[in-house]
Amino acid sequence: MSTAKQTITADSLVKLRKHQPRFEGIESGHRACLGCGEALAARLVTEAAGPDVMIANATGCLEIFTTPWPESAWRLPWMHSLFENTGAIAAGMEVALKAQGKPTKVLAFGGDGGTFDIGFQALSGMLERGHNVLYVCFDNEAYMNTGIQRSSSTPHAAMTTTSPPGSDRMGKRHLKKDILSIVAAHHIPYAATTSVAYPSDLRKKIRRAMEIEGPTFIQIHSPCPLGWGHDGEYSIKVARLAVQTGLFPIIELERQEMIGSMPIRHPRPVTDYLELQQRFRHLFNKNDARAVEELAHIQALADHNIKHYDLRGDGMDRLDSDGADTVRRGGMRWA
Amino acid sequence: MRKALEGSQAIAQTVALCRPQVVAAYPITPQTHIVENIAKLVANGHMDCELVSVESEFSAASLVLGAACAGSRTYTASASQGILLMSEVLYNIAGLRIPMVMTCANRAISAPLSIWNDQQDSMAVRDAGWIQLYCANNQEAVDTTIQAYRIAEATELPVMVCMDGFTLTHTLEPIDIPEQAMVDAYLPPFNFSRALDPANPISIGTLVSPDHYPEARHSHHHALLEAADEIIAADADWQQLSGRAAGGLLSVSGPDDAQIGILTLGSIVGTLSAASDTYTDLPATKLVNLRAYRPFPVDALRLACSGLTDLIVLERALSPGFGGIVSAEVHAALAGMQAVPRIHSFAVGLGGRDIPLEIYRTLHERIDIAEPQPFSIIDVEREKLPVEDHGIEVTETMT
Repeated sequence: MSTAKQTITADSLVKLRKHQPRFEGIESGHRACLGCGEALAARLVTEAAGPDVMIANATGCLEIFTTPWPESAWRLPWMHSLFENTGAIAAGMEVALKAQGKPTKVLAFGGDGGTFDIGFQALSGMLERGHNVLYVCFDNEAYMNTGIQRSSSTPHAAMTTTSPPGSDRMGKRHLKKDILSIVAAHHIPYAATTSVAYPSDLRKKIRRAMEIEGPTFIQIHSPCPLGWGHDGEYSIKVARLAVQTGLFPIIELERQEMIGSMPIRHPRPVTDYLELQQRFRHLFNKNDARAVEELAHIQALADHNIKHYDLRGDGMDRLDSDGADTVRRGGMRWA
Repeated sequence: MRKALEGSQAIAQTVALCRPQVVAAYPITPQTHIVENIAKLVANGHMDCELVSVESEFSAASLVLGAACAGSRTYTASASQGILLMSEVLYNIAGLRIPMVMTCANRAISAPLSIWNDQQDSMAVRDAGWIQLYCANNQEAVDTTIQAYRIAEATELPVMVCMDGFTLTHTLEPIDIPEQAMVDAYLPPFNFSRALDPANPISIGTLVSPDHYPEARHSHHHALLEAADEIIAADADWQQLSGRAAGGLLSVSGPDDAQIGILTLGSIVGTLSAASDTYTDLPATKLVNLRAYRPFPVDALRLACSGLTDLIVLERALSPGFGGIVSAEVHAALAGMQAVPRIHSFAVGLGGRDIPLEIYRTLHERIDIAEPQPFSIIDVEREKLPVEDHGIEVTETMT
């Protein structure tokens, strides 16, 4: 055996990483688009949740790109039934495991369409009955799998194939549904938002939810380069700007009480976020008074979030690395 | 031991004997009594299961699907609108080849709104890929429910046990509820080969491209056809244990040399049976009780119909714009026989309309005509029709 000092190359680094005992619930080789926020988020969730889980997955991109028969990217027990029943499928798994005396935790995965819209009733039932399920909503703000149609999660003024801008319209006419408040209103033990741009925050929240006996809900903001109209390499940048502008507040609620938020020390103007995405392109026509007005509306929404959730925090904290990288929980306790 | 029990109560006690670990249901009359009785059994410690009162039939079916995939024996029940609301899940369960049992307490479909019995609900999900077994009386429903678990688990297909709402579910009859030991001897613990397990992770419900879809449908279709053998075997074995058969694929009563036959499903069998004893002046008639509707027992039906000159198909549902659903299939099944009987098709008892004994005479009168009768709904009263429909011929019951 050679005693010569080994040079670490990119290739050997990949091999070394393969030998790390890190658990991967979802394998590479799936068919997600380049820069898919949801694929990354799903990997982070399964890594943090560990191997003793069972997954109920709604119809959607995640289901499609991971399981083209006879292949599957999942290294976890996984099932997909329909679009709108994921809450009930997960509830069924949970009561079955309970009846069998098994400790396996049930995860439910749905996109924003499967969660905010068509699967909303089954989700509400699952939460109300107190099933021990962690429901993860991968929020990419439209029906991406079917061709970028508007959902109730689509932000105001965004262009989708069913909310196109035109002479009489400026994209989606309605606001993004506040799913977190609605979910939290079931008085579940834990509900939180997070973003794929902040992996440590995401992992932390998954681990926290995994520890809780009862229904928990985590909404993960996950850019879709195809649907949002940006290059795949900018997914993380775009996701981070959604947080830094105040358009996607990162918060945590326990039994409907807000117990933590990710502070924004230096809020960015919403245009920094919007201008990177083709879905907001129609808002940057300076000759269109409606565009100017909509930009003001969106800035007002961000300002409202910052005020409502107190996202500026209360002064600079010692452990606060310039804004949005850490989550402050109540008092001096840091997660 | 024979006890006087309401049909729903008997089914609840029978389900308890089958030891499901997960039961989920949403209140919909008339199956509600079954679930209420299960809730009582659970509350009093006579049944050890997770009973989940869900927020819709859609979730009831979904919840038992999730539970079955996680390795538990399950039960649910529904009827009418509930079956329609479940229908997407019912197709999904069957396509995934998940063994489970549900009761359909047959009831009419709205509109017009009716809470009463017919069989339009289970007929509407005929093509979902479930085994469908129809029960002539509550004893058959009890025995069929137990057999259904064995059939489902042996074939990895879901089984829908259809019993007429109200006519059976709300009727008190002397019923023999078997002993627990007998059911345990008949029904081994649930052991689902594809149950999800973190130690051996598999993916259920993947995306199937045109490269594989027809093969999946082919396998499903043939699994249903082959389930006929298991339906026969499950009934024969149950007869050995309990002394009672529930009718295999179909059962035939009446004289072997009868030239007239009546084929029907569900509780009408009892009415016709009583009528044949009452109206002894009418020609000898063979009664065919079609128990297995899916898989459809073509060979058994041909055998049952050999020697008949006339076969009356009497059903509690219809395909508007065509006519009889079962009769169309009977036509297809008997086509090519050496001597195909003339087939007469009638719907009866729709939306809970009473089926009097006299119907037996009406049927005999109707077929006493040279040509097979086109489909009609029996007992339509002209004066209740809108004026513009008064010109249409109706088939009235003889009184």
